[in-house]
Order: sequence, then C-alpha cells, then structure tokens
Amino acid sequence: MKHPVTEYIGREFMNLAEALGAAALMLKSVFFWFFRSKFEARETVKQAVTIGVDSLTVVALTSFFTGMVLSLQSGQSSKNLFNEPLYIGTLVAFSMLKELGPVLTCIVVAGRAGAVVTAEIGTMKVTEQIDALYTLGTNPTRYLLVPRYIAFMIMLPLLTVFADFLGIFGGCLVGMVKLDVPSTVFMNDIYTYLEIYDFMHGFLKTFVFAFMIATVSCYKGLNTKGGAEGVGKATTEAVVTSMVLVMVLDYFVSAVLVAVGI
Amino acid sequence: MIEIKNLSKAFGEKVILNDISVDIKEGELFSVIGPSGMGKSTFIKCLVRLLRPESGSIIVDGQDIASTSNEFALARVRRSFGYLFQEGALFDSLTVLENVAFGLKYLTDIHKSEYPRIVKEKLALVGLKDVEHLKPSELSVGMKKRVSLARSIAPEPKYMLYDEPTTGLDPVTTGMVKELITDMREKLRITSVVVTHDLKLALEISSRVAMLLDGKFVEAAAPAEFRQSENKAVKEFMEISGLSRE
Repeated sequence: MKHPVTEYIGREFMNLAEALGAAALMLKSVFFWFFRSKFEARETVKQAVTIGVDSLTVVALTSFFTGMVLSLQSGQSSKNLFNEPLYIGTLVAFSMLKELGPVLTCIVVAGRAGAVVTAEIGTMKVTEQIDALYTLGTNPTRYLLVPRYIAFMIMLPLLTVFADFLGIFGGCLVGMVKLDVPSTVFMNDIYTYLEIYDFMHGFLKTFVFAFMIATVSCYKGLNTKGGAEGVGKATTEAVVTSMVLVMVLDYFVSAVLVAVGI
Repeated sequence: MIEIKNLSKAFGEKVILNDISVDIKEGELFSVIGPSGMGKSTFIKCLVRLLRPESGSIIVDGQDIASTSNEFALARVRRSFGYLFQEGALFDSLTVLENVAFGLKYLTDIHKSEYPRIVKEKLALVGLKDVEHLKPSELSVGMKKRVSLARSIAPEPKYMLYDEPTTGLDPVTTGMVKELITDMREKLRITSVVVTHDLKLALEISSRVAMLLDGKFVEAAAPAEFRQSENKAVKEFMEISGLSRE
C-alpha cells in the first residue's frame, strides 16, 4: 500500500529528475544553436542592455553601500581592539573582490534581470509566441535563449568588476571621512597585500553564476504553464532558485578555485 | 498533400486524439469543427509538429514528420506552412512591420529593402493601413488577428492552418477574414485547414468538413453531405448552431 509521505517524496524526486533531464536537453539545444546558427546581433545587444545596463544603478547602490558598511564595521572593530583602524583597505578589497562583489552582483541580477527573462519567455510561452517562432522558421533556442546566454555571460562579469571598484571606492570614502584613514594608506593596504589572483578568484566565479542564472531563468520561462498566474509563479521560482544556487555554488566553486591555487 | 495515418495524442492519461486517419488533398479547404476542448487545436498543432504525437504518421509532401527528431528536416517542412494562432501570437516586443516581416526574414531570400512594400501590401489585404509602426499592445483584438493573418501569409506558404480564425472578431472583420480564406484557396490554390467551432463558417467556406468528438472524426464530408448526416452528434451540433439540414 502506498504511504502518502513516501508517495510525496517519490513524486518530488521524479519531478526533480524530469526537470534536470529537461534542463540538460535545453542546454544541449543551446550549445547546438550557439555553434550552428547565425549570430542574432540585435537581440543580443537588446538583452545586454536589459541584463547589464539596466542593472547598473541597483548594482552600483548595492556595492557602494556594502563597501561603505564593510569599512565602517571593520574600522570600528579594529579601533576597539587596536585603538586604530588597521588594514581597512585590505579587508574591504579582499571581501569585495573575492566574495561580496561577485555574489551580491549575481544575486541582484538574478532578482532583476533573471525575473525579466523568465517573465518575458514565460509570457511568450503562454501566449503561443514560442509556437509562432517555430512556424516562422526560427528555433526559439536560437532566437531567444542563445542571445540571453551570451548577454548574461558578458554582462555579469563586467557588472562584477564595476561593483568591485564601487565597493572599494565606498569603503575608501568612509575610511577617509569617518575613520581618518587617508586614501593613500587605504590604497597602499590594497596594493601591498592583494594579488591579481584575488581579483581573478571572484571574476571567474561570475561566469559560473552567469551560466547558472541564464539556465534557470530560461528553463523556468520555457516551462511556464497556466496563463498570467503561471508566469508569476515561474518568475518567483526562477528568482528563488537562482539566488539559492548562487550561494550554494559559491562555496563549491570557491573550493575548486582555492584547490587550483586561484 | 498531407496524409494523416493513425494519429494519436494524449496528455498524461487523457487521450485527446485517438487513431485519426485523414488525407488533406492539394487545394482543399478542410475544416475541423467540434465543441471547445475536444482537441481541435491539438490536431492542428500536431500537423506542424508543435506537439509530438504518441503514435501514427503525418506525411507532408512525402515526408513523415510525426516522429522525426531532425530539427532541420522539421524546419524545412514547417517552411511550407502558415499558421494563424487563436490569439494572434504577435511578438510583443516588435512593431507590426517587424512582426509581419519576421517570416520574410527567416523563410525567404527576399532582400530587407523589400519588406516595407510587402508588409504594406499584406496589411492592405487584411484591411489595415498605417499601423506598421504600432506595437501589438496598441491594437484591438480584431486588428491583432488581422496582423497575425498578414504575418502568416506574407511568406506565401503552400499550406495555411487557421486556429479559430474568426473568434473575437466583429461581423465586418469576420466577413473579410472569411473572404480572404476563400480567396487564398481559390486564387492561390493554398491548401488550408481551418479549426473552428463556428459551423456556419465551416459549411460556407470548406470543401470538406469533419467533426471531432472524443478524439475521433465522427463525420467527414462535403458541406452538402455534412448537412444531411445522420450522425447524432452532428445533428445535435447543427441544432445548437441554429442551422437547418437544408
């Protein structure tokens, strides 16, 4: 006799296996069309603007204030312990470049641009626009997915670099104004103790995050069912899944990069 | 010619099309009628493999597309079809001009400098003018459907599939669309499949009408014979539609 709990677990497990299989097929199709089709320049630029340029303000605010608060908190703690703010520049830059820059940027982009991508593709799915693409001689993977993957993979690393600099700038500003740390000392702390690998560590991670956010957003959009309500549900699921996966992947990718010496 | 043999389609446990066989000949206007939710749209979507049937074959000009996984073969066959979607399915992010020219870009070798002229021509055919720069959100339901029709016929397909072509249209536009469907068949010899619950329309424009019920065609005949059908479901549908057998 079936037990409701085991039945529930079994069903969820089957759903997960089915979703992973469908996502793998979607990825296969993305790679196929990436190498086989003509480059959709216009659509790619449009997506790069939506994903990158339109996210600039929110990424700027997030990273700037994160850098500021990092500087304030670490400076205050350092003052309490050593009576002066020590290595503030090192701490702020190290945190921003390796973790906060890439992770916060990807979380912000997943919430903003990821939601836009899922909602747009989801709406196209429920209003038969995806079917219309097939009948008009275009594969939706080629026309919709490949440009979005390219846009995510280019814009997220660029946004991360932008966030890194703004975060450090914010930290430097608070160091100067609130902690009486001259900008030369702040920058010297960075140049002395940080290496290019520290920057590369965070920078490389964003490619993995970008690929994951593109996959989740596109997959959820393409599998939207049930009209406007379904679009809302798919969008929420895409954002939540992407955000959780950014945190989970962050540990594993960091572990791999540390293991290979980056 | 489209040959459909033993076509079956199910969604989970629910069987929508059950072992359907029918041939749609060159130049024919084949209408599928039936109450809502009986699988008419499923049938028409299977014809261009927007849905993959569980079994059976769909042979379009000698090529079976029912079970093929070859994307390029499918794309080649789809090139010969135009499809009018129930809700229009216009691309929200594109203008009317870009929507109508979409098929020209991907299905033909026509140079893009020709697009505005062809688009204007096709829009005039469906009774629209000076709407090229509007977005679909700025159009009424009827206008969207007409733009969608212009988009489907722009690449001059060999086969046209119409999913509920007159639903949501006012009587004047309905008459225009009806005339256009008839013209496409009579003047351009385009083979057409119309899916509709409007029996009156089907009987007026079709060369053959089939009624889909519980996954099967319970009747398929020329309009005059269809009216005389002794099938109980057909008789009831005629009555509900307010049509006499004469």
